[in-house]
Amino acid sequence: MGAINRRQAFLLGGGFVALTVMPMAANAEPSNDAAEMIKKFTGGKEAAKGKITLDLPEIAENGNTVPLALSVESPMTADNYVKEVLFVADGNPNAGVATLMFTPLSGKAEASIRIRLAQTQNVIAVAKMSDGSLFTERKTVKVTIGGCGG
Amino acid sequence: MADKPRIKLPKEAKKGEIIQIKTLVSHLMESGQRKDAQGKPIPRKIINKFTCEFNGKPVFSCVLEPAISANPYIQFDARIDEEGTFKFAWTDDDGSVVTAEEKIALKA
Repeated sequence: MGAINRRQAFLLGGGFVALTVMPMAANAEPSNDAAEMIKKFTGGKEAAKGKITLDLPEIAENGNTVPLALSVESPMTADNYVKEVLFVADGNPNAGVATLMFTPLSGKAEASIRIRLAQTQNVIAVAKMSDGSLFTERKTVKVTIGGCGG
Repeated sequence: MADKPRIKLPKEAKKGEIIQIKTLVSHLMESGQRKDAQGKPIPRKIINKFTCEFNGKPVFSCVLEPAISANPYIQFDARIDEEGTFKFAWTDDDGSVVTAEEKIALKA
């Protein structure tokens, strides 16, 4: 309905109003607390790029179930393993997606889950190693049908 | 509450082998974002935690948020050093816990 209303507004000479409102909406896009969640997880430290492989579709037709596969390079031994991986989505109503906790008994730092994405956005993973070092990776997913509608 | 969870893993493994475990539990995972026909928000009700233990030792666990799809599917790996029992647990927002167990033997 929103598109029709906007078109009608233009026709009625209200285009000026629409033009002034729209840029604001665009700027407000990272609307959730994704950045704060990452900060809390890392303790404010900078996460390096690398070690993480994220497997996500480039285009998700249905945002209700988007397959997400994670793999982190690590020997997964008792003194060198991936401890935790935080997932956030910067365009969902709530940034949090999941936190995965691995142990040396996991054998591999690999996991697959299915997530909901409300709109086209970035999915960000941050991995915390047993020695405290941090790695991050992000991927943009285009969503055709959002996963939060009711 | 959720039905019996579905778990897929091999019946036996070689010592030191890394096996893949697939789990699926039926759950609506109500996000708390949706509204009912009257426009009232439907309260959030999700599985918020999943844990997997092997012979009492933690293997893998995760904290889940409403951004996890309905009928949460979780796939992960485990290293088998001895025979034993996997214990799986899914915790609901209402406090109830669904559990399951699977045994694995060592290949001769």
